[in-house]
Amino acid sequence: MKMYSNEGRQILVCCGTGCQANGSLQVFDAIQEQIQSLDDVEVKTFAKSTGCNGWCEQGPLVKILPDDITYCQVKVDDVPAIIDKTIKNNEVIERLLYRNPASKKRVKSPHLELDFYQKQKKIALRNIGEIDPASIEDYIDRDGYKALEKAFSMSAEQIITEVTKSGLRGRGGGGFPAGLKWQSCAKQSSTPHYIICNGDEGDPGAFMDRSIMEGDPHTVIEGMVICALATGASNGFIYVRDEYALALKNLNLALIDARKRSFLGENIMGQGFAFDIEVVRGGGAFVCGEETALIASIEGKIGEPRDKYVFPAEKGLWGQPTVINNVETWANIPVIINEGADKFASIGTENSKGTKVFSLVGKVVNTGLVEVPMGTTLREIIFAIGGGILKGRQFKAVQTGGPSGGCIPAELLDLPVDFDTLKEVGSMMGSGGLIVMDERTCMVEVARYYLNFLAGESCGKCVPCREGIRHMQEILTRICEGKGQISDLELLEEIAETVKIAALCGLGKTAANPVLSTLRYFRDEYLAHIEEHRCPAGVCRDLTEFYIDKEKCTGCGICIKNCPVDAIYGEKKEAHTINVEKCIACGSCIDTCRFDAVRIR
Amino acid sequence: MAEDVSNTEDMISPIVTAYPREKRYILAMMQDVQKKYNYLPKEALKMIAKHAEVPFSQTYSMATFYKAFSLIPKGRYNIRVCDGTACHIKGSAVLIDQIYNNLGIKPGETTEDKVFSLETVNCLGACAIAPVVMVNDTVHAKVTSSGILKIIEKYRGDAGDEDV
Repeated sequence: MKMYSNEGRQILVCCGTGCQANGSLQVFDAIQEQIQSLDDVEVKTFAKSTGCNGWCEQGPLVKILPDDITYCQVKVDDVPAIIDKTIKNNEVIERLLYRNPASKKRVKSPHLELDFYQKQKKIALRNIGEIDPASIEDYIDRDGYKALEKAFSMSAEQIITEVTKSGLRGRGGGGFPAGLKWQSCAKQSSTPHYIICNGDEGDPGAFMDRSIMEGDPHTVIEGMVICALATGASNGFIYVRDEYALALKNLNLALIDARKRSFLGENIMGQGFAFDIEVVRGGGAFVCGEETALIASIEGKIGEPRDKYVFPAEKGLWGQPTVINNVETWANIPVIINEGADKFASIGTENSKGTKVFSLVGKVVNTGLVEVPMGTTLREIIFAIGGGILKGRQFKAVQTGGPSGGCIPAELLDLPVDFDTLKEVGSMMGSGGLIVMDERTCMVEVARYYLNFLAGESCGKCVPCREGIRHMQEILTRICEGKGQISDLELLEEIAETVKIAALCGLGKTAANPVLSTLRYFRDEYLAHIEEHRCPAGVCRDLTEFYIDKEKCTGCGICIKNCPVDAIYGEKKEAHTINVEKCIACGSCIDTCRFDAVRIR
Repeated sequence: MAEDVSNTEDMISPIVTAYPREKRYILAMMQDVQKKYNYLPKEALKMIAKHAEVPFSQTYSMATFYKAFSLIPKGRYNIRVCDGTACHIKGSAVLIDQIYNNLGIKPGETTEDKVFSLETVNCLGACAIAPVVMVNDTVHAKVTSSGILKIIEKYRGDAGDEDV
């Protein structure tokens, strides 16, 4: 087996989707090309592309080991300097280092020096950014498939007991204990049994599963094989959104490599156990994230859910006992088996063990993926790790749980986050999206946005969801257009409660959360729309008029430059004016003004 | 880019017959056809139904249920504006309006000259660089209301060059 670790220098280029959009593939190619000509350097240099580091804000990221230097926002033009100075002469290039906005100092090793990394604890994301996802050797070097080896020395009951004892709950949203699912499937006598990995990550604003499938596909495979061993399953399926091209590519490659090394196939690790996995591409329907709908989709039907009076663990895929867990859940399994349930259970809160990966996005300084112990407060995640709100604006709310979740206001920032606390405040964990909202986010419009989304994604099978959502959407649209009435609020609440009780599946049952939580915490914004015909955030176009504060405007012209419809005029160094006739209220002026001179009437 | 579908059967047949005659491969067959033509021609749905031994109504219902499929041909450049939550609160709705003002198309529509199509997607999973716009396979990060106009101009220029 080829060992990379001690052979020389490594240049790791983050090639997650975020970095790729900023040109990391070109940077990687340039590095590959230019290290070819490095024969005069004594130590050998390798370059490898890795999965997402999580720190997408600063991408493309280039990390050099063992020096432990991280360069940020690297461009192709910077590559010759990196090779000449750092690789050949061991010099650190100051200008490419991250500049800590608080201390104004340059940071060489962000993962040692910055709160963004220091406050994190990585279990599910342990390998991402460190290994080349296309290399099974890299995975093996970091204890990969050791858990599977260990699992072969355990009985099926021992494996299940270990998972149960760890307290691992499904990371896909519901938070159902993983061990119970496994056990319930294992004791079914009807064969065959199936295993499914739910990679149909549909929550807008969440991308941790994509990142794991792209950056560390073998951990998902290893987790599934261990479960197969414990439950006696013969076949596994990974259901992935077709939009996730890189995840599909890396998973398929990983499956081939795993078969070659007999971690999959007819005779796994020479132990006479047979199990194989195939990848199924999803058709782009949000409801397919619901497990019974996903199963229908794998069977070649339209993805409609069914009532769960019988769980998939008893009757799932093709009517057979099936364990279905999401990507992040699978990624935790090898660590639990390797390091023991007790160690895993020592992290987190009483009823939510381990860590959770969040995609911290929206109006926050450090956007990206973060993994923290359960029970970390929202304040710590958003302010210590996330670096606070963009442009020093005021925090308004954080949305968790995607379209099934709710908006949590500033007064609850010290809430320790776990499955149960989020539910108590009217939201939910969901798959782990944390969307930070500031004073420029309209909460009524956010509720309308989610209902719009759900109206498009409701499969239409049951009436409460199909009709209830549509009516709530109509009411919210009306309010956003300034045509709402005060009685609408009561009507909204009534419909919301009905949908919650009567809908068939999780999609419908939770659809009211965005409405109910915004009504609960941000009722004043609804009232401003209805009674004053005003959108305090300046988002709802029909209710928004921007003007420039003549006292504050310095006449810098940046708003003129950014206005897409040329609605702003004024001489340089003199206060500008907005032509309200032409203005489309897109907000580009207020978002780019550095002097807080653009105001909302 | 949409290809000529005059000899559709010969073209689609190898895609469909690459899969076993099982119902569970219908979705995969459709995806492969959609990738090649950017939409699902009616002939393809019929052939898939025949191959998987299901009624045509079933392939049609699947094609209309799943978001990934289109029953009408797409333009040369398919603009996909991400309207996930992170993109939404960073102004994706403004981008959609700007495209409408500039090209006169709403999500789901194609320009008359068949150069541009517009669709919204729920989340591309690139939330850290929101708002995101994908044109065919290229990801454009942190697109502003004036930036989208430049992107359109660039592709319009490319389309013009190819025509010459």
